[in-house]
Amino acid sequence: MFGLEALELARIQFAFTVSFHILFPAITIGLASYLAVLEGLWLKTHEQVYRDLYHFWSKIFAVNFGMGVVSGLVMAYQFGTNWSRFSEFAGSITGPLLTYEVLTAFFLEAGFLGVMLFGWNRVGRGLHFFATVMVAVGTIISTFWILASNSWMQTPQGYEIIDGRVIPVDWLAVIFNPSFPYRLMHMATAAFVATAFFVGASAAWHLLRGSDNPAVRKMLSMAMWMALIVAPVQAVIGDFHGLNTLKHQPAKIAAIEGHWENHPGEPTPLILFGLPDMQAETTRFKLEIPALGSLILTHSLDKQVPALKEFAPEDRPNSTVVFWSFRIMVGLGMLMILVGLWSLWLRRSGKLYSSRPFLYLTLWMGPSGLIAILAGWFTTEIGRQPWVVYGLMRTADAVSNHSYTQLGITLVMFVVVYFALFGTGLGYMMRLVRKGPQSTVGEQPQSGGPGQQRTPARPLSAADDGSEHAAARPNEGN
Amino acid sequence: MGIDLPLIWAVIIIFGVMMYVVMDGFDLGIGMLFPFVKGKADRDVMMNTVAPVWDGNETWLVLGGAALFGAFPMAYAVVLEALYLPLILMLVGLIFRGVAFEFRFKARDAKRHLWDKAFIWGSLVATFFQGVALGAFIEGFKVVDRHFAGGTLDWLTPFSLFCGLGLIVAYTLLGCTWLIMKTDGPLHQRMHDLARPLALVLLAVIGVVSLWTPLAYGQIAERWFSMPNLIWFMPVPILVMVTFYALLRAVAQDTHYTPFLLTLVLIFLGYSGLGISLWPNIIPPSISIWEAAAPPQSQGFMLVGTLFILPFILGYTFWSYYVFRGKVSHDDGYH
Repeated sequence: MFGLEALELARIQFAFTVSFHILFPAITIGLASYLAVLEGLWLKTHEQVYRDLYHFWSKIFAVNFGMGVVSGLVMAYQFGTNWSRFSEFAGSITGPLLTYEVLTAFFLEAGFLGVMLFGWNRVGRGLHFFATVMVAVGTIISTFWILASNSWMQTPQGYEIIDGRVIPVDWLAVIFNPSFPYRLMHMATAAFVATAFFVGASAAWHLLRGSDNPAVRKMLSMAMWMALIVAPVQAVIGDFHGLNTLKHQPAKIAAIEGHWENHPGEPTPLILFGLPDMQAETTRFKLEIPALGSLILTHSLDKQVPALKEFAPEDRPNSTVVFWSFRIMVGLGMLMILVGLWSLWLRRSGKLYSSRPFLYLTLWMGPSGLIAILAGWFTTEIGRQPWVVYGLMRTADAVSNHSYTQLGITLVMFVVVYFALFGTGLGYMMRLVRKGPQSTVGEQPQSGGPGQQRTPARPLSAADDGSEHAAARPNEGN
Repeated sequence: MGIDLPLIWAVIIIFGVMMYVVMDGFDLGIGMLFPFVKGKADRDVMMNTVAPVWDGNETWLVLGGAALFGAFPMAYAVVLEALYLPLILMLVGLIFRGVAFEFRFKARDAKRHLWDKAFIWGSLVATFFQGVALGAFIEGFKVVDRHFAGGTLDWLTPFSLFCGLGLIVAYTLLGCTWLIMKTDGPLHQRMHDLARPLALVLLAVIGVVSLWTPLAYGQIAERWFSMPNLIWFMPVPILVMVTFYALLRAVAQDTHYTPFLLTLVLIFLGYSGLGISLWPNIIPPSISIWEAAAPPQSQGFMLVGTLFILPFILGYTFWSYYVFRGKVSHDDGYH
């Protein structure tokens, strides 16, 4: 297929399914915590607006969570189906970390999700809040384990190799490997920022259409406070993460910078834009600022940043891709900071809810966090090539022995199925967003009164938007 | 070290897979019973009997995969590579079914039939390929130098295809008896009428598998028919016959809970029979749990957490079923 080999097809297939998957958990992580905050504020202040927002976002959360579950199930098996040599080589470390994720996170989320989505009238307020918090905690625990696993593959330690297989020696060293704290912070924060911009865009959409109410204003306000505070924090975390990468994966940094060679005594420039050419070993059409590379990455004006030519050609990651994926991530991050600052300025002058240019920008920035997450993961995953376990196992040695035809057929199947089904799911999410938060003035919003038929099917069916026929709810009377 | 970690992990994984088979078995079965029930209201009820619990059920499948990865990485690598196509098709089936479960209730009336079909076919495809994977697993894999050395379509044999069909019958009977327990009225009656023929077909399937495996695989015949094993294992087929008899009687007497419980016993016995045939191999026909085991550092690390957490998981799983106990009927949703 298009001159690709089986290895490339296996990589594309894995990249496709995992890229699709990560979008759902990212929103799940952010929304779960947002919901916990909303419910906590409602319990504390008894302001109706928090409760309305809780019910509005919990429906969207439910659809998103369901798609995360089914797309995640695929991931649990693809390590083995696509990367059996890796599984055999490093399963003694990756496997236990994933098992802990299932035990401590997935079951916790599944266990409390039912109460969170359907228990509003079945359990007390305190217990319901507890369930929401447990689901939020579950999403964070899940992030912890999956990033420990990924980070260990990027910066392995705490192991020894016996008979060609990895043997864990020190589990604390394995989990708290050098890149783990930075990657965990960076991803968790990214999930919060991405969710903030998703929420903000939803509010902007309603305001632009004139559906202005206290709940819509509240969610724009909360989202913009997040953007103002957390987006700059993310930039700082990203800087630390970059320094950590420079120390442990210098080839990745050289590829991100499109930086091919150092000249004695000269500080490294920063290439703003250009087109790295792997064959010609140069970056074409480059626009660079002298010495800024050294300043950013070494915080000095005389130390040099490693260059790609210092690495053997077969050890170089693809600079053409990561150069640009990195710049997309950083560019979006800067725009997010800008939106946050603009919101502060408008807030001071009282135009936060009425400035149309600002609302349009916020609307268009809705998917920015998710795009930045994908760009960031493409940077770090392509940037660590040709290694699957950095310095220990090459990706080419990790792949299962599948034929090209077999991988081609399944890849096409995944693409068709994912776009069709998750596309439909995203459509349902957007429909729910369009409906907007409903004011419930003291009524029981979840109980399915006249005109509000409800279904208990969880997790997605908590997202009944009320505009269509819904089915019976079991055992309401029990 | 006195503790046999691979043995403990084999038991945990066998338990996890058993939990999965029992719990996802009846909700997959409901999907396959959809063609026998036409009305929208009855189909709504069928779905609602499992709606509150199905996603928790599937978590056991994730646990099975992850625990196998951690405790027996070699088995995870070999088996998943060998069963690439059937497993991918099973996963695609589960995706269709998982989203159909939920989208169906929100679809416009004109589109609902699409999600009904996705639910039926997703359940069928997932179950069939689960059975195929099981059959191929029983047949064993060619392993050279710790890697799978067979071909792309090694799994495709008459026996594995038969196991696929067999599992469809088993899960359908589980779903049928579950609905006998959880529903009332005409739907209950419909399921009641289906239970007897389904049970008889399942009896035939179990009979065929019980004859086919020892005839085709000397090792399995040896396991069952040598002395003193024959005496030790004799209770299994005897209990299967007794359970079948009791099941048919329970259906004839129109009891509500007993058929489901007896079907569970049947599934458990069949599962035990399988275990007896294959033990202690985790990659049949010849690689044992000890050969495929992860180092004790890995298995020990996982065991500490598992033993601590599993009781809590079982606790809130049970609680969730308790909350949604009792019959489900048409008008439950409108108070």
